[in-house]
Amino acid sequence: MTVVPRPVLDGDSLKYWEGLRNEELWIQRCNDCHQHIFYPRSICPDCFSEEITWVQSGGTGKIYSFTVVHHAFGPFKEQLPFVVAIVELDEGVRMMTRLKAGSKNPSVEQRVKVIFERLDEELTLPYFEPV
Amino acid sequence: MVKHERVAAIVGVAESDLGIVPNKSVLQLQAKAAKLALDDAGFAKDDVDAIFTAGNWSWAPNMMLAEYLGIQPKYTDGTNIGGSSFESHVAHAAAGIRAGLFDVALITYGSTQRSNPYRPQETAVRLTDQFERPFGLPTPVGAYALAAMRHMHQYGTTSEQLAEVAVAARSWAAMNQKAMKREPISIQDVLDSRWICEPLHLLDCCLVTDGGGAVVVASAKAAENAKKPPVWILGHGETHTHNTITNMPDLTITGARESGQQAFRMAGITHDDLDVVEIYDSFTITVLLSLEALGFCKPGESGEFVSGGRTAPGGDFPMNTNGGGLSYCHPGMYGIFLLIEAARQLRGECGERQLQDAKLALVHGTGGVLSSSSTVILGRD
Repeated sequence: MTVVPRPVLDGDSLKYWEGLRNEELWIQRCNDCHQHIFYPRSICPDCFSEEITWVQSGGTGKIYSFTVVHHAFGPFKEQLPFVVAIVELDEGVRMMTRLKAGSKNPSVEQRVKVIFERLDEELTLPYFEPV
Repeated sequence: MVKHERVAAIVGVAESDLGIVPNKSVLQLQAKAAKLALDDAGFAKDDVDAIFTAGNWSWAPNMMLAEYLGIQPKYTDGTNIGGSSFESHVAHAAAGIRAGLFDVALITYGSTQRSNPYRPQETAVRLTDQFERPFGLPTPVGAYALAAMRHMHQYGTTSEQLAEVAVAARSWAAMNQKAMKREPISIQDVLDSRWICEPLHLLDCCLVTDGGGAVVVASAKAAENAKKPPVWILGHGETHTHNTITNMPDLTITGARESGQQAFRMAGITHDDLDVVEIYDSFTITVLLSLEALGFCKPGESGEFVSGGRTAPGGDFPMNTNGGGLSYCHPGMYGIFLLIEAARQLRGECGERQLQDAKLALVHGTGGVLSSSSTVILGRD
């Protein structure tokens, strides 16, 4: 198994990574300005409110951009080539992700949905695949 | 801000050895560049009362470097916003001089990334990095590829248009003996080079070299004692818009929009007044995005703007006249070399590649993953 850099769980990210382990994608929403927030944080980057709520994402969105990676470092070398994308969730926030291996002809604006890539007992990553 | 305020000037510039420089440390490279730049200015080490540097070779680069050089500055600034740090150092030096805090600033950079590559194997990723690193995007090239892909989708920008930037840089480099890559290339050569991260080919990417540079900035009063005519700092602006590429508000619009506007306003000049531009070319897409955000063309039109060799020698938009990070040198954080070339063009020291009667230059640095933008406008009397 490839050893990828492992997230160090902290006060912002614990619930996010725990959710992924349960195959759930959790993001946040500001109670004051109602904007969704990703990555998770303790203060709203829009209105600076500290009234932040966790909400479960529907897990669907579209590709904002992507790249087919042909040159990578460390543990990722053996996975080449692979597709890294920025996905814009329907809630309006963007996240970096990997497209599921074998996804054919990815394109910008393509509709995608989350899948849960379980690397081991501790770590599950949110990948996406075309709908 | 008073327009055309002649308060601070670049009075000395120099490179250290460039290219592949084994067995030299980052301190040796910076010491060499610092000595040569002070010689260029006609200043002595003891004239320096402010120190600026950026690097990741120490937890406190300013203190290590100043100790090594035997300088105890009364002003110190270690702003590190990636490759554009040195444009910001010039800006901050001008601001400090304007405030009367010091008279002579020494700005240096050095890197041995070619001969001593250091890329730590990350096993744990902290804070906001943890939401990107596990996906394996190579940094920084992958981030620039994401921007290029989006620009192509949104505006129909082509690989050929990106390649124009690399081809033009190479033809400038042919006239620069210090450039690492000088043999001509064609657009087809760029397209035929291997993929790094689609849509960027190998020849869309900057070189990986060793090297160092230094810039001496002086107050108007101190500049009177310099050996060479002053290159005035007429305007500057800076910003950073994000840290991780996912959080760039729009992958096609960089902070150059803000830093450029501020610099033009301060200098009181317009785009048409400029004689030469030096724009950070970490990747070909970096240049296209910068040209648009700086207002040289409309959003989406940069591909057409650079086509037909327009930025190459003989074109009507001379850019990156030393060959750029794509063909001359690129020791990691390239921004200091943009300033060195602009100063030399304005002093008429560029030999074969010298532009006729260059009076006004724009220098624009980009750092991180299109994260930071810093613009400086320079002019001679």
